[in-house]
Amino acid sequence: MKVKTFAARVYIWLLLIVLYAPIVFIAIFSFTEAKSLGNWTGFSVQLYQNLFTGSMQNSSGLLSAVQNTLLIALAASAVATVLGTLAAIGIFNMKGRRRRTLTFLNNIPMINPDIITGVSLFLLFVFLHISQGYLTVILAHITFCTPYVVLNVLPKLSQMNPNVYEAALDLGATPAQALWKVLVPALRPGMISGFILSFTMSLDDFAVTFFTRGTIGLDTLSTYIYADARKGGLTPELKPLMTILFLLVLAVLLFINIRQSKNSDKE
Amino acid sequence: MTPKNPIINIEGLSQFYGDKQVLHDINLYVRKGEFITLLGPSGCGKTTLLRLIAGFLQPTQGRILLDGNDISDVPPYRRPLNTVFQRYALFPHLDVYDNVAFGLKLQKVPEAEIEKRVKKVLKLVSMSDYEDRDVNSLSGGQQQRVAIARALINQPRVLLLDEPLAALDLKMRKDMQIELKEMHKKLGITFIYVTHDQEEALTLSDTIVVMNEGRIQQIGTPIDIYNEPVNAFVADFIGDSNILNGKMFRDRRVAFIKHEFDCVDEGFGENVSVDVVVRPEDIYFTTDPAKCQFTAKVNSCIFKGVHYEMWVDTDTGYELMIQDYDPYPVGSEVMLYIDPDDIQVMKKERRLNSFDARVVAEGRVSFLDTEFECNTEGFAEGDAVRAEVRFDKVDLLDHEEGAALTGNIVAILYKGDHYHLTVKTEDGDHIWVDTNDIWDKGDFVGIRILPEDIKLSIVVSADE
Repeated sequence: MKVKTFAARVYIWLLLIVLYAPIVFIAIFSFTEAKSLGNWTGFSVQLYQNLFTGSMQNSSGLLSAVQNTLLIALAASAVATVLGTLAAIGIFNMKGRRRRTLTFLNNIPMINPDIITGVSLFLLFVFLHISQGYLTVILAHITFCTPYVVLNVLPKLSQMNPNVYEAALDLGATPAQALWKVLVPALRPGMISGFILSFTMSLDDFAVTFFTRGTIGLDTLSTYIYADARKGGLTPELKPLMTILFLLVLAVLLFINIRQSKNSDKE
Repeated sequence: MTPKNPIINIEGLSQFYGDKQVLHDINLYVRKGEFITLLGPSGCGKTTLLRLIAGFLQPTQGRILLDGNDISDVPPYRRPLNTVFQRYALFPHLDVYDNVAFGLKLQKVPEAEIEKRVKKVLKLVSMSDYEDRDVNSLSGGQQQRVAIARALINQPRVLLLDEPLAALDLKMRKDMQIELKEMHKKLGITFIYVTHDQEEALTLSDTIVVMNEGRIQQIGTPIDIYNEPVNAFVADFIGDSNILNGKMFRDRRVAFIKHEFDCVDEGFGENVSVDVVVRPEDIYFTTDPAKCQFTAKVNSCIFKGVHYEMWVDTDTGYELMIQDYDPYPVGSEVMLYIDPDDIQVMKKERRLNSFDARVVAEGRVSFLDTEFECNTEGFAEGDAVRAEVRFDKVDLLDHEEGAALTGNIVAILYKGDHYHLTVKTEDGDHIWVDTNDIWDKGDFVGIRILPEDIKLSIVVSADE
């Protein structure tokens, strides 16, 4: 019995080590100055300093990539949250087959490989003669983020008392007021998790961005790193950047989890 | 007979969901200040009617007048009516105060006045100390009080209540009934109340509207509805009753359970088949042979709190339910009588199954979208005919093999010596069946009719 428990523990730890070792590895080597990964030349926060003061080679490229990434992620997830919430309300108010069909159609883009989404959007933009750049990347990100918002808002709608919207109308609210004062507050938790999920999906997207960014030299973090790595060796400052990003995402995840457990306590 | 100024007048209202008609030509008026109850089993259309009045649905046909003005196309937020929903529908993100103040805030009423009115209405529903409470932390009864306060604060012309007490336990329900009745008296607002609970309807209402299958069956005061039900459905739905087949010999003389009785009903004609209702508390025991109208043997006797409920077998082989304060031992022979006043005679809705049919070939006729074999002598192929089948000539099977069509039992009426069943076919048509077999409501049945039991006749014009 003891051997069994021991084996199970070892297995879990091995798994966790395999999963997290690369990230921990990068985090550790972000605190040394060595150019090539794996060389420890003593503790230093020089790379972090370079990152924030911008004193490094190609610094402008990396910083603008970070900026682009955040702007695109913010814009795309904000629009996707609005669109997705409205779509979820629409789908929820349908009956039977139409509702099942639309829910199914909503799920397809999520399991569709990114590369297919990217290429097909690329072809669509070419076909429509839309010059590719910022706008097309944001549009593309909205496309793949919206289904996640729908998926997060739908359960909130089913949990909601179906008469709440009618109660607002009954008390004198116009449909727009009822949506804003009653529906949105009731759906807010779903909208927030949909937004956060969209934000992280947009943040780490490579394939779709790569195909829809056009030729104006627009780089997000993922396309920048890809190009950088092909040029021969990663810019050392990427190591602290990755570490920071990882910690940020971790913080967001913790935030969502704590919120969720708080909400379920309430209920 | 519409009064001069009804607050609500519903004219020729019909409602369809797709192909399905859920309300059939509803005509109804509501007097100002009245407590009116829409009563019926689930699926009878009472909630649909309330939602039409509230404005959540647009009528397919007909119109709704409020104070003489057609409001059929007015959206719910512009109707001076407010609703109390079945499951409260409080706004979960607002506290008690903000829930109640919701309507006034939309109207941009000054904050000071809102506070005054919220306090007043919360006091009315005995929730004064709960202003800051989260609505999710309240009990069902408290949530319902807040919901009532939220609806009343807008000073609606009419308050609509959709089974507001259905989710509460019995004790709480009884208390709330009394409070609602008092609130209605105090405020003078017209209440339209929806319920499936006949006891609740009898307790609360000035007027009861009994509905079944999208049609109004009877409108009347609780006493009228209880004492003078117009048909077997109403008699069966309201209170306990013995419903029996009878025959009106002439005015004020009726026969049922193979005995003759004096009654007070007139105008049915002579030798006409009727339904007779006798309430179980209106059959009296006697020891005086001169008063005795018939004898019976006590079959069972159960104590029900206030009274005893007894089933007796009459000397003529019928079973009757009797409620009395005194028990009679099982097996004893008793003498019984019924006052002429307590016999309610009702016109029979139908005496047999009657279908629009067509002769499809010699020996074959089609009705209810199904072909049946029968004797078509005297008719030619393609003739439109009327096919009639006696209630006791329809066979019900518990399987599909050999059945011409299938359906579900939707209503069961015990008529003293047999059951009268209403079967709804899969296409939504009705067949009525008399049987001695015991079935349950909802049972899936196969329906079989033998060729010799289908009687064809020439179609006569609509006025029988």
